[in-house]
Amino acid sequence: MKIDELLSKPSEWVRSDSPNSKIVMTSRVRLARNLRNVPFPGWAKKPDRQRALDLMRPVVEALPEMASCFSDSLDNLAALDKQMLVERHLISREHAAKNAGSGIVINDKETICVMINEEDHLRMQAIKSGLQLKSVFKTIDKVDTELEEQLDFAFSPRLGYLTACPTNVGTGMRASAMVHLPAMVLSDQINQVVQAVNKLGLAVRGLYGEGTEALGNFFQVSNQTTLGEREADVIERLNKVILQIIEHEENARCTLLEKKPRLVYDQVGRSYGILSQAHTISSKESLNLLSLMRMGVDLELLPAATRTIVDELFIAVQPAHVQRIAERKLTAEERDSSRAELIRQRLQDVPRPNNPPPIGSTELA
Amino acid sequence: MTCDICKKNEATVHLTQIIDSKMLKIDLCEVCSKSKGLQEANGFSLADLQVGLGAAEEITGNASTKCSVCGFTQADFKKTGRLGCSACWETFEQGLGGLLKAMHKSDRHVGKVPSKAAHTLVITERIKQLTGDLEQAIQSEKYENAAQLRDQIRELESQLKVTPVKST
Repeated sequence: MKIDELLSKPSEWVRSDSPNSKIVMTSRVRLARNLRNVPFPGWAKKPDRQRALDLMRPVVEALPEMASCFSDSLDNLAALDKQMLVERHLISREHAAKNAGSGIVINDKETICVMINEEDHLRMQAIKSGLQLKSVFKTIDKVDTELEEQLDFAFSPRLGYLTACPTNVGTGMRASAMVHLPAMVLSDQINQVVQAVNKLGLAVRGLYGEGTEALGNFFQVSNQTTLGEREADVIERLNKVILQIIEHEENARCTLLEKKPRLVYDQVGRSYGILSQAHTISSKESLNLLSLMRMGVDLELLPAATRTIVDELFIAVQPAHVQRIAERKLTAEERDSSRAELIRQRLQDVPRPNNPPPIGSTELA
Repeated sequence: MTCDICKKNEATVHLTQIIDSKMLKIDLCEVCSKSKGLQEANGFSLADLQVGLGAAEEITGNASTKCSVCGFTQADFKKTGRLGCSACWETFEQGLGGLLKAMHKSDRHVGKVPSKAAHTLVITERIKQLTGDLEQAIQSEKYENAAQLRDQIRELESQLKVTPVKST
């Protein structure tokens, strides 16, 4: 499979018919694994790294899950294609910066993806839409078990899977859910939630993981530790916390609609107005407005069919995706106008959001 | 008080967080707290910061120790916060203990065990048992028995050696 084929369609996981997909955009689990007694990628000399890649890549490609896949060495990928993979959450920004000696294998649905020679020899992840942590873990656990038959993974009975960074040793597992919390942000409750989640030893991060901004009211919640707790227990604990976050967000939405309906209608209406009429718009503004439109769909101010359009736009408005449509590198200004054009086009058939109940009604008083 | 990150400026942001009844404290200057995103509403974890800070400093023990497989030293860990290869975990095992306890729930893995490793663990355990039996047999002068045990141990040991180490 060629990179063009992979990138020409939206990712399979941008689908909103999964459990709890209103508030949970995606569930992800990644496992870190390393070869025994082979220098970790960050410490290895170039030939060692290349040899490790040549050893691992065919094994990953031969997985039944990868029957139809895209696989390449990172030096063969254009900067823009790498950036697109980052925007689709398929590779990390760190991995995108790598070249010869590092590789990537992604299945055609973009639900399983294996980074070779990132910080660890193997970083394998599975991703699904909605809240499906258990099933995502099952998928990636199976991949791991299959790989382990062919590759000699570094494992210590006492410390578990050995990784380059001590923060990952043990299970090597990071499970995370991407949650969309516009009502908690609008009602200033988000800090409390973040603090509460932190107290439980879970991490809350921005849209693109460690050290990134919480654009579009998206937050990534993940486990912090990897040693001393079974994988299934971590997943269970995270799942429980996410369910509670969903409940809080739903309550916040109800309260907003009840107490400040005009604020809600105003935010959704303005977002629709700007997005459907703008002729130049930054990706940051787009993401933040799309977030409010998405909440509008959840609250039935906009037709349900709008959700897929909005969810696809979250990815499509990002810089590399915009440039791909233009088929060339664009300046920031050109990007902003191409982006606005794309959004206007996609929103063409979306009707205006519903109006609030008549002014006289009590809740608006 | 100076900033924990840049170690230059005066610390003006003081944070305390309690995780699993353990208290973490950190003192930062204006610039570093901004660069770490502490002034934004998107949340952060003190553990992240502490890990980032502490990890580069805390392998304890003999500074001249070098990993026999990849040549990695403590000084290299201080620079990168990452280890050199899987054998480094054994080389620096003691020095890493404190750091692991600070980072994780415990210092012992309780999760998945690869089936290959499980096989090795079973055999290693069996060899240990048989070696005990062998010593007893020799002490009680049951030499025929001892010879049998010795052969069994050899057989198991050869199985351990067969476990492929493809990647060296």
